[in-house]
Amino acid sequence: MTVKYTEDHEWIRVEDGVGTVGITNHAQEQLGDVVFVELPEVGATVAKGDASGVVESVKAASEIYAPVSGEIVAVNDALADAPQTVNADPAGAGWFYRIRLSDPSQLDGLMDEDAYKSHAGA
Amino acid sequence: MTESPELKTTPLTELHEQLGARMVPFAGYLMPVQFPLGVLGEHRHTRAKAGLFDVSHMGQLRIDGADAAARLETLVPGDILGLAEGRMRYTQFTDETGGILDDLMVTNAGDHLFVVVNAACKEADTAHLRGTLGDAVTELPDRALLALQGPSAEAALATLAPEAAAMTFMTFRAMDVAGVPCLVTRSGYTGEDGYEISVPAADARRIAERLLALPEVEAIGLGARDSLRLEAGLCLYGHDIDTTTSPVEAALTWSIGKRRREQGGFPGAARVQAEIAGGAARRRVGLRPEGRAPAREGAEITDPDGRTIGRITSGGFGPTVDGPVAMGYVESGFTGDGSEVRLVVRGKPMPARVARLPFVTPGYKR
Repeated sequence: MTVKYTEDHEWIRVEDGVGTVGITNHAQEQLGDVVFVELPEVGATVAKGDASGVVESVKAASEIYAPVSGEIVAVNDALADAPQTVNADPAGAGWFYRIRLSDPSQLDGLMDEDAYKSHAGA
Repeated sequence: MTESPELKTTPLTELHEQLGARMVPFAGYLMPVQFPLGVLGEHRHTRAKAGLFDVSHMGQLRIDGADAAARLETLVPGDILGLAEGRMRYTQFTDETGGILDDLMVTNAGDHLFVVVNAACKEADTAHLRGTLGDAVTELPDRALLALQGPSAEAALATLAPEAAAMTFMTFRAMDVAGVPCLVTRSGYTGEDGYEISVPAADARRIAERLLALPEVEAIGLGARDSLRLEAGLCLYGHDIDTTTSPVEAALTWSIGKRRREQGGFPGAARVQAEIAGGAARRRVGLRPEGRAPAREGAEITDPDGRTIGRITSGGFGPTVDGPVAMGYVESGFTGDGSEVRLVVRGKPMPARVARLPFVTPGYKR
């Protein structure tokens, strides 16, 4: 299992060619209380870097960018009624969607945990 | 902590930082946008109990002279001559075209008028006032301003100033708070009962700490101040009102007294009187999106067929409403409660309805 991070503060955890995507604890802290999450459609195809959802906090709306290219195979419907889960458990129950990677080599361009910590100034 | 040297501070800046606030630049000041409780928690706490806000960045002025009210009336459409001693009133500085230069609170403090203006406008407002009132205008830079808001505000302030409990909404008293001479009004900008307390800068921190020591009082930042005033249907200058909006368009006609409507005598009176008589081409309304997605400032408002009819001026999530809320201007045919409109969010038209303001029932003590 691999966990990688983007410069835009998303994480992706890959198992058997499917990545689960969410935002980091640093990102949720910066956003503040999350009040709404817009997720992509299951079956949609996205390219790395595409806007693939929106997370709205009490302060602002932020795009979620696809960390890799692929097909959306599941979305976290529980966030519709409980968007605050993104604040409470960003690396777990607050996941956004699952994506079947079309080009696993794209993961090589993402940061590992140490590099991300440095990027986020932790 | 990123402190730009050019940002001004208030007598409570150090306290905010010690309380763990996230500090941001606002109107030239370093101000707390949120405390560790967070915007949602702070909002809900204020509605349930009491919140303490540092609004010391706002401009406090006094106007002296027997003719202060008459002369101030040449700048604002509010009835200042009719303002009884110990009472306060909301009004606006208008320009010659009937646009709004700023909104303000005017208090008849007996031997003078006490005026509170917005932080971002205070230098321009002071110059504007001096242009008409000259030396009668005195800035009060050595005073802090605290707002204590919420249903527990009365009980909380009564622990330091028992006299405050007897006041009613939009009244003023000079009184000692914890032994410090203060100017207290029963007012605020959250839709809740509460007070604004003008306190000598040197005593501000001590009084704030006394209030924060009470279990029902929490420190509240600008983030929750914004969501509270939005739910209360109150205008934020520079967003919901500015020089392009008249008081009638802004649905502030209630703040213009009968005598002023008839007699005019304030900048832009001709336009304001014409709009009162014949209606304005557009008006500020409340908007409730039907889904859960907030529609924010700048979003286009269209009719159900997609024709643009206005724009959102404030919008976000209303924690007490438990859903998205917004305010904006729409063409006169769409101002009725329940009118169906669309709000364009990220290119998509979202169904919404015009809604009565405020979104929450005010808790004012009449």
